[in-house]
Amino acid sequence: MDTYSLLRQLADSWVLLVLFLFFIGVVVWAFRPGSRKTHRDTANIPFRHEDKPAPDDASERTGDDDDSAEETRQ
Amino acid sequence: MWNTAKLVVLGVLAVLAALAANYGRDLAYQVHAVIILLVAAGLFIATLRRWDEPVPAANPNEYMDGVIRAGVIATAFWGAVGFLAGVFIAFQLAFPVLNFDWAQPYLNFSRLRPLHTSAVIFAFGGNALICTSFYVVQRTSAARMWGGNLAWFVFWGYQLFIVLAATGYVLGATQSKEYAEPEWYVDLWLTIVWVAYLAIFLGTILKRKEPHIYVANWFYLSFIVTIAMLHIVNNLSIPVSIWGSKSVQVFAGVQDAMTQWWYGHNAVGFFLTAGFLGMMYYFVPKQAERPVFSYKLSIVHFWALIFLYIWAGPHHLHYTALPDWASTLGMVFSVILWMPSWGGMINGLMTLSGAWDKLRTDPIIRMMVISIGFYGMSTFEGPMMSIRAVNSLSHYTDWTIGHVHSGALGWNGMITFGALYFLVPRLWNRERLYSLAMVNWHFWLATIGIVLYAASMWVTGIMEGLMWREVDAQGFLVNSFADTVAAKFPMYVVRGLGGVLFLAGALIMCYNLWMTVKGQPKTSDQPAMVPAE
Repeated sequence: MDTYSLLRQLADSWVLLVLFLFFIGVVVWAFRPGSRKTHRDTANIPFRHEDKPAPDDASERTGDDDDSAEETRQ
Repeated sequence: MWNTAKLVVLGVLAVLAALAANYGRDLAYQVHAVIILLVAAGLFIATLRRWDEPVPAANPNEYMDGVIRAGVIATAFWGAVGFLAGVFIAFQLAFPVLNFDWAQPYLNFSRLRPLHTSAVIFAFGGNALICTSFYVVQRTSAARMWGGNLAWFVFWGYQLFIVLAATGYVLGATQSKEYAEPEWYVDLWLTIVWVAYLAIFLGTILKRKEPHIYVANWFYLSFIVTIAMLHIVNNLSIPVSIWGSKSVQVFAGVQDAMTQWWYGHNAVGFFLTAGFLGMMYYFVPKQAERPVFSYKLSIVHFWALIFLYIWAGPHHLHYTALPDWASTLGMVFSVILWMPSWGGMINGLMTLSGAWDKLRTDPIIRMMVISIGFYGMSTFEGPMMSIRAVNSLSHYTDWTIGHVHSGALGWNGMITFGALYFLVPRLWNRERLYSLAMVNWHFWLATIGIVLYAASMWVTGIMEGLMWREVDAQGFLVNSFADTVAAKFPMYVVRGLGGVLFLAGALIMCYNLWMTVKGQPKTSDQPAMVPAE
């Protein structure tokens, strides 16, 4: 079979099915039980850290003094 | 070591550009070589002069905002340039005498038209996307931008791309692909800049301090990745000579046309839609001071939009050599696309639920809301026009131009203006804008301008579509092409006036932003944000 026909058949059968299932999976994942709390927290990201980055909690970069980042993480 | 490497690269570039200027086979190529020579030589000297100066250490506890300030200025500047070019070519269509004899062929409509589209889409829209994405990704990742001065490389590299593209159009270097006109070496340069942009954006996301990636960053990232893919595939071409600007496309015939409109429609879908939706998902909640209406809906919006948009291109090629199945596929996906588009519109508008009173008091939120309104209108009009029967009337007419402008002026323009009004006081540490009354004036001038534009293009587009297909009892065409052109004159004047109003609004915005930085008192607590000279 030539390349065009092969790709054409693959595209409108298995790949179509995989993409469709992936999409359904994303929707189901978005509405999974218990996602509401995560989503509420994520939706509020723009209202934290407007003026400066969160201080480092890991030791690799220059350590900062307070640990307020831990609280804002939920 | 780093300085040495920089000097070597710049020196080699300058020598090559000098060679190219000498051997160049056409004027556009030679002018571009001289521009590159001047830039490389200038940077070489600047690097040499600053050899001993200590490099100031970046403060990791501060956001990198300098490059965003530059991006805001560039956005406002290119916006004014692009709108001015648009107004001028609108009047060139109404009054052909404006294609001046003394400027043949450089200032003809055909050369200024791509200058206008690239100036508004890539210079105005592109700078807006780059600077807002840098702002948003830092704030929503709670991390300083990755890559240090690489961000400045992206900013200045992108401006160089704009200058090369614009001068190329005027001097006649084009590969004649809509929205992809720049020739091969300009495309190569943009690829380098874009990969650096992607690296910065991904690097910042990877070092984020928030556990989740905010939805605006998903949209920005899909815009950056998809534009890279589209740009590379649609610009596969072989230069005729490395000393000339002309190149030959790798694809031919209908394959080339399909690749072009796969690119062209996804430039709309991912540059002008996904990227600007990233802006919407950050700036609308910030200005309304409440989180987005439904975060779940925003996730479904994102995946549905990117899964559907990529297929919609063939609707540009109805009734051509493209196979029917392909153009039907494009049409069906375009119609389905209506759903995620309106899902996103509802999500943006409903973010204001409980805060609708702000519409009365805050002209910036009004600007954002009308932009989402125009997004909804043009994403309804688009699917309708992609239906084959409607397209047989609308295609090649001014209706298409009207549709594009209700999207570009209404949705992209207005959301960008809203973002600029939001950003300038914050980036320059000013308490407030210079004048809210001016924002109001801008709002109404722009809105009335768009209404004049869209309405006149609907009338003239449908009129010329009907005139083209009108046949008499014997089956002969009733109108000559020149008849349709003559009939369109009044609408062309109205369209030009709409453009004048929109341009006037943008100039008021530039003045307002300028006075905000110049004349407003600084907020006291952060003294050193603007570097002292």
